[in-house]
Amino acid sequence: MTTEESSQTGKVIEIDDLSLTFETSDGPVYALSDINLSIEQGDFVSLIGPSGCGKTTLLRVIADLEAATKGTISVNGVTPEQARMQRAYGYVFQAAALYPWRTIAKNVALPLEIMGIGSAERKRRVQQNLELVNLGGFEKKYPWQLSGGMQQRASIARALAVEPDLLLMDEPFGALDEIVRDHLNEQLLSLWAKTNKTVVFVTHSIPEAVYLSSRIVVMSPRPGKIHDVIESHLPKQRSLDIRETPEFLALANRVRDGLRAGHSYDEPEL
Amino acid sequence: MHNATASVIETPAYVLSRLQKMLLYAAFATALFALLLLLMSVVQGYYDGAILLASVILFVANYLCLSTVTIHWRNAVVKGLASTLAALLIYYQLDSNLAENLRLADSVNNTGGGAGFNGTAIAGFWLVVLSAWLTAWLCVEHLSSIETLSRIKNGVLSLVIPLLFGVWLLLLWEFITRGAGVPQVLLPSPSAIAERFSNSIPTLVADFKQTFLKAVLIGYAIGCSAGFIVAVLIDRSPFLQRGLLPIGNLVSALPIVGIAPIMVMWFGFDWPSKAAVVVVMTFFPMLVNTVAGLSAASSMQHDLMKTYASNYWQTLFKMRLPEALPFIFNALKINSTLALIGAIVAEFFGTPIVGMGFRISTEVGRMNVDMVWAEIAVAAVAGSLFYALLSGIERMLTFWHPSMRN
Repeated sequence: MTTEESSQTGKVIEIDDLSLTFETSDGPVYALSDINLSIEQGDFVSLIGPSGCGKTTLLRVIADLEAATKGTISVNGVTPEQARMQRAYGYVFQAAALYPWRTIAKNVALPLEIMGIGSAERKRRVQQNLELVNLGGFEKKYPWQLSGGMQQRASIARALAVEPDLLLMDEPFGALDEIVRDHLNEQLLSLWAKTNKTVVFVTHSIPEAVYLSSRIVVMSPRPGKIHDVIESHLPKQRSLDIRETPEFLALANRVRDGLRAGHSYDEPEL
Repeated sequence: MHNATASVIETPAYVLSRLQKMLLYAAFATALFALLLLLMSVVQGYYDGAILLASVILFVANYLCLSTVTIHWRNAVVKGLASTLAALLIYYQLDSNLAENLRLADSVNNTGGGAGFNGTAIAGFWLVVLSAWLTAWLCVEHLSSIETLSRIKNGVLSLVIPLLFGVWLLLLWEFITRGAGVPQVLLPSPSAIAERFSNSIPTLVADFKQTFLKAVLIGYAIGCSAGFIVAVLIDRSPFLQRGLLPIGNLVSALPIVGIAPIMVMWFGFDWPSKAAVVVVMTFFPMLVNTVAGLSAASSMQHDLMKTYASNYWQTLFKMRLPEALPFIFNALKINSTLALIGAIVAEFFGTPIVGMGFRISTEVGRMNVDMVWAEIAVAAVAGSLFYALLSGIERMLTFWHPSMRN
């Protein structure tokens, strides 16, 4: 199995000189330019940057939802497409994207049905992952009967039910209010500490990135490129209080400086 | 404890609305006026018991309710009973007078009003009808402003209100056509239609079988399923999408009943040619709606299925078809009406001597307008039941859609 091989070598994602250019009627848009990044098993990597810096596009390239125009990328040692066909990752979108005609349990079971997993195993995984995101007892509810935060938790349970080693999250808490967001951040962090999954997390919130990550990738726009990669040595088990410590604030300042430097002009040049 | 404030809040004042007050005064005033007119005719030596009694009942009922300003279901019951009783009496008057006292109708018919019933009786008759109708309207008004949380009561109300309304429309129709002596050819009265209906049930059943059970249902089933299948095919093939879909949009704008004579040439006089018209009529709405429905899923939903490495059929059945269901049901409902129209009109262009369209076109030529109305009644009931059935299934299957959620 390629998954086992790569976990031995430790490299989950390898990106070399990757560029992506969208051809539009207004001419080419350089979404990503010369990206080099490698992500190891157990990393929690945040991609942070202003809008238009290509952070979501990079995540979509890893997930094989976009194709790079130049350079190479491997996920679990194979191409992103092969990795996608092997269901190597779980993807959490900006919105919950639950199907309104399915109950919460059925929504979480959806990827498992597609993968052809038997009903007993399906039931076990649905139960386990709903409890993991504190949604036990809501199995028979429909998505539109739940709050936005609960819906997003259900969508995380759905991604986890695939039991992937790699979790790709695209601003999953962007639409939620501060308190719910803090709560879900804590839950995500304890989940990561427990399971040793690899997480790639897109955000535009500095505290969120610093609080969650073991590594923060600061990106800058036009063309989208990596400005800085910041290692965080905060302990793996962190409480929300850590955001008041000097270490945390120093990291946050470094991220802020990086974002400012990558954004050195006041007005975008057209 | 805050009993004082609580009791103030807990007593909602269901005061009569402006419309209800106006209706109440109008019903009362017309009943009073009718009573005076009828009493005058008694003084003049003519005695019309039924109408007089009806006006007394209406007068008393409206007078009883005049003093109360709050709405209560008892108000509605009193008014409902009074107006029903009045209607029965007016009807009895119409019927018993029909043979002997055709003056009601004849006076208008022959002399253009005024004579015959001394004029006063006719005015009295119309005033009582008006008052009874206003009282009935008020009853419906009261009933529809009742707010209850009980599901059973709500169910009963949602059945009773339209029923009362419908019955009263029919009664007014009856009173006007017979009271004013409207010629049968222009508009027969409901009682005449009902009589014709009950006398020609075998014919109506045969027509219903020929037109609805054969042409409509078979044509509908073939047309809708063909439209659906072609829509799925179109969705997979860019060539069909660019070539066939614009033509589909064009054809769906054409008046397709026009092809009925051609279909008779192709498929003969019997029901297959009618079913063919229905197939053509229902095909394109289904096609266009299903194609629209299949592209209803958002790009995020498509991405989601892609991350699961879902194949074409899984994506189709687990995401796109459920997403398209509201569109498909839209087409099914539109088509239920179109199919009935298509089958009936198609029979105007050549048919064996049975069928709803055939009956309508021949009976109108023989001035038997009541038979035409009987066929229309059958078509209306069948069409409504068909539509209601589809709506019921739709509500069951697309309960999740924002337009269906409670």
